Amino acid sequence: MTSILGLILLSLALGVCALAAFLWSLRAGQYDDMDGAASRILFDDQPPKR
Amino acid sequence: MTSPVAQAICAHCGGETQAGARFCCGGCAAAFDTINGLGLGQYYARLVRDPTLAPNRPEPTERWDLARCVSTDKSGHHSLTLAVDGLQCGACVWLIETALGREPNVTHSRVNMTTRRLQLGWTGDVADGGRLVGLVEKLGYRLVPFDAARLAAAADRTGRELIWAMAVAGFAAGNVMLLSVAIWIGEGQGMGPAVRDALHLVSALIALPAIAYAGRPFFRSAWAALRAGRTNMDVPISVGVILVTALSLFETLQGAGDAYFDSACTLLFFLLIGRVMDHRARGRARATAEQLLALRHSDVTVIRPDGTTEQRAAASVAPGSRIMVAMGSRIGVDGVVELGSAPLDTSLVTGESLPVLAAPGTTVFAGTINLGATLTILCTASGAGTLLAECVRLIEVAESRRGRFVELADRVARRYAPTVHLAALLTFLGWWGLGHATIEHALLTACAVLIITCPCALALAVPAVQVLATQRLFQRGILLKSATALERLANVDAVVFDKTGTLTVALPELIVDPACNPADLAAAAQLAAGSRHPLARALLVASGPVVAAEAVREVPGRGMALGDTRLGSSAFVGVENPPPADGPELWFARPNRPPMRFCFAEALRPAARETIATLARMRIGASVLSGDRRAAVSTIAGQCGIAAWQGECTPVDKFAAVEAMRRGGSQVLMVGDGLNDAPSLAAASVSMSPASGAELSQTIADVVFQGSGLDAVSETIVVARRAQAIMRGNIALAIGYNVLMVPLAMAGLVTPWLAAAAMSSSSLLVLGNSWRVRK
Repeated sequence: MTSILGLILLSLALGVCALAAFLWSLRAGQYDDMDGAASRILFDDQPPKR
Repeated sequence: MTSPVAQAICAHCGGETQAGARFCCGGCAAAFDTINGLGLGQYYARLVRDPTLAPNRPEPTERWDLARCVSTDKSGHHSLTLAVDGLQCGACVWLIETALGREPNVTHSRVNMTTRRLQLGWTGDVADGGRLVGLVEKLGYRLVPFDAARLAAAADRTGRELIWAMAVAGFAAGNVMLLSVAIWIGEGQGMGPAVRDALHLVSALIALPAIAYAGRPFFRSAWAALRAGRTNMDVPISVGVILVTALSLFETLQGAGDAYFDSACTLLFFLLIGRVMDHRARGRARATAEQLLALRHSDVTVIRPDGTTEQRAAASVAPGSRIMVAMGSRIGVDGVVELGSAPLDTSLVTGESLPVLAAPGTTVFAGTINLGATLTILCTASGAGTLLAECVRLIEVAESRRGRFVELADRVARRYAPTVHLAALLTFLGWWGLGHATIEHALLTACAVLIITCPCALALAVPAVQVLATQRLFQRGILLKSATALERLANVDAVVFDKTGTLTVALPELIVDPACNPADLAAAAQLAAGSRHPLARALLVASGPVVAAEAVREVPGRGMALGDTRLGSSAFVGVENPPPADGPELWFARPNRPPMRFCFAEALRPAARETIATLARMRIGASVLSGDRRAAVSTIAGQCGIAAWQGECTPVDKFAAVEAMRRGGSQVLMVGDGLNDAPSLAAASVSMSPASGAELSQTIADVVFQGSGLDAVSETIVVARRAQAIMRGNIALAIGYNVLMVPLAMAGLVTPWLAAAAMSSSSLLVLGNSWRVRK
C-alpha cells in the first residue's frame, strides 16, 4: 500500500514536471511558428555576426 | 499565352513562359540577378515549389508610410513587423533571413512562416528601414507593414487562455486515465475496495482543480447563453461535466460504486484541442477595426481668418473653415479645393488606382492623400458628416444585423440539449419511481446517459471540419476570418463584383503598339524607373529591367523630365491637340523626334473569365457594381462574360443594390476592395476582399485572398460547399451513435470503461470523417 502511494506521487510529480516544461516552452514562443521550424532545421548555420 | 510554340518554365518564379525565354517577365529577371548577385543562388536548388500556389511573380509594391509603423526603443534600436506575401517554402525563409543578415546594421531578422510575418530590427538611421525593405522586395517578395500600435493591441489573450486550459486538461486526463486503467484491471483481479477508494480519491484530487480551471471557457459561454435565454453547444457540455464530476465525487466519498473522472477530463481535453486549433486557424487572419479610429482621429491644419495656422482634430473643424493639406498627408475632411493643384490618391475612398488631379473647384473627400503640392481646402463637412463617416455608419448597421446568423452547430444544440436532459431525467424517474432503485443508483444511471450523450463527437463535428477547411484554404493564400463564413459561403447563390481592383488588377497594362520599337520603350522606361506613379510602374513592367536614368526631375502629377527629354501628360511634353484618349496614356518626347504615345488599358485579373464560367456552372449568378464610368464597366463586364452590370454607383447605391438582392431572398457574396465597397461588403451575406484592397475592406470582409488570380472566389465556394456536406455527415454520425448507445445507458448497462471507450471512438470517427475535406 505504501509503495503504491509512493509510486502514485512519483508519477504525479513527473506529470507536473512535463506540464511545467510545456507551459515554459509555450511562453518562450516555441509554438509560434510550427511551419517555419520544420524547415529551419535544414538550413546551414549562418556565419556569426560581427 | 496562346502562342503555338512550346511552353517553358521561368527560371525565377516557375511560371509559364515562352520557349527560348529564360524569364516570364522583367521582375523575375531582376529578382534572379539580385539573388545570384548576392551569392545566394543555392536558393533555387533548395526551393520546393508548391504547385497549389500561384507562381511568385515579383510585382511592384504599394506605396506606404514607413515611419508610422516603425517603433524605436531608448537605445536607438528600430523594429518593424511586415506581412510577407509570396513565401513558398523554407527556402524563402532562408533567402530573406540570409540576405538581411548580411547587412551590418541589421540586429534581428526572422520570418515566421505560420503567420507569414517578417520581424526586422536594425540600428542607426530610421530611414535605412526603407532600404532593407527594398532589398527584400528586390528578391521578389511583397511586403506590407503592420502598424506598431495595432500589433500591441492584438495580443491574443483568448488564445493564451485556451492553450493553458488545454495543457492542464491534458495533464489531468493523462494522469486520471492512468489511475482508471489500474482500477478497471484491478477490479477483474480482486482488488480490495480500500485500494479502489484510495485510487478514486487521488483521481478526484487531480480532476477537481483541473476541471474547475480548464472548464472555464465552456462554463462562461454556457452561462452567458443561459442568461440570454438561449442554449448553445456549451450548455450540455457544462451540465454534463459538472453533474458527472459532482456525482463521481459523491460516489468516491461514499466509498462505493463507479467514478467517471477520467471521462470528464478526457472530454474537456478533446474539446479544448478543437477550440485551440480553431482559434489558431482564424487568429492568423483576424484583423482589428482600430484602423478606422486612426483614420477618424487624424489632425488637420486649420488656417485662421488672420492667416495663422493651428492643429485641430479633424472632427472638430467647422464647415466653412479653410484647411491646409501638405504633401503626403491625408485630407481629414470633405471639401472643395480653393487654392493649388495636386494629384490625389483616392484609392481608399473610390478604389481608383490612378491618382486624380485636383484643381480649384474639385470636390475632395476625407481619407484621400495629397501626393503633390500643398492645397488649401474649404471644408464642407467634417467628422460624422463626411462620406467616410457615412460609410462607417452603413457598415455598423449592416454588421449589427449580421450577428443574428445562427450557426449550424447551435441550431442542432437548440434541439439536442433539451432532448438529452429530458432523457436523463426520465431515466432517473424510471429507475427511482418505477424500478424502486436507491436514489444513488438512479442518479448514477441518469449520469451514464449524460456521459454517453455528452456531445463530444457533436461538439467536434463542426469545428474539426472548419479547422481543416481553413487550413486548406490558408495554404492557397485564402484567409478565413469569420467562424461562420464557411457555412454562409456554402449557401451563396449570387456573387457581386466590384470592378476596379477586383475584376481588374490594380496596375494598368501597356497596350503593345506594333509600331513602337523596343529601344524606344526602353528609353522611356529609363525615365519612368525613378517614379512610383502607377503608369510609370506599368511601363517599367512592360519594358523589363532597365538602368534608371540619373538626374531625372519629377513634376508630381505631370511627368518626368531629363533635359529636353520628357515623359508625362500631353500638356507636359508639349503635344498640341492630342488625339482623344480611350484610357490612361503617357507621352514621350525627345529632341528632334516626333512624340510617342503609350496607351494603357485596365487588365483583367488572371482567371477572371474562367471564374465567372465556373460560377455559372455552379448556378451562381455574377454581376458587377462599380463606381466607374458606364463605358469602362461595360467593357470589363463584357470581357469577363458578365451580363448584369451597373456603373456610376456611389457607395450608398451599392449598399442599396446589395440590400435589395438580399430582401429578394438571395444569399449574396460581395467581392470588393475599396472603401466605397465597404458598406456593401458588410451588407452582403458574406464578403471577400483581395489582399491588395483597402485595409478597411479587409477588416470587414469575412475572407481575404492573396495573389492576383480571381479563381480564389470559386475555389472558396467549392471548399465551403464540400465542408458543409461533411459537417452535416458528421452531425448525422454523432446523432446516430447516440441513438445506438442511449438505450444501453438507460437500461443501466454502461460501465465507466465502456463510457470512456465509446466516447473516444465516436470522436475519432468524426475526426476521421473530417479529414476528407482536405482532399
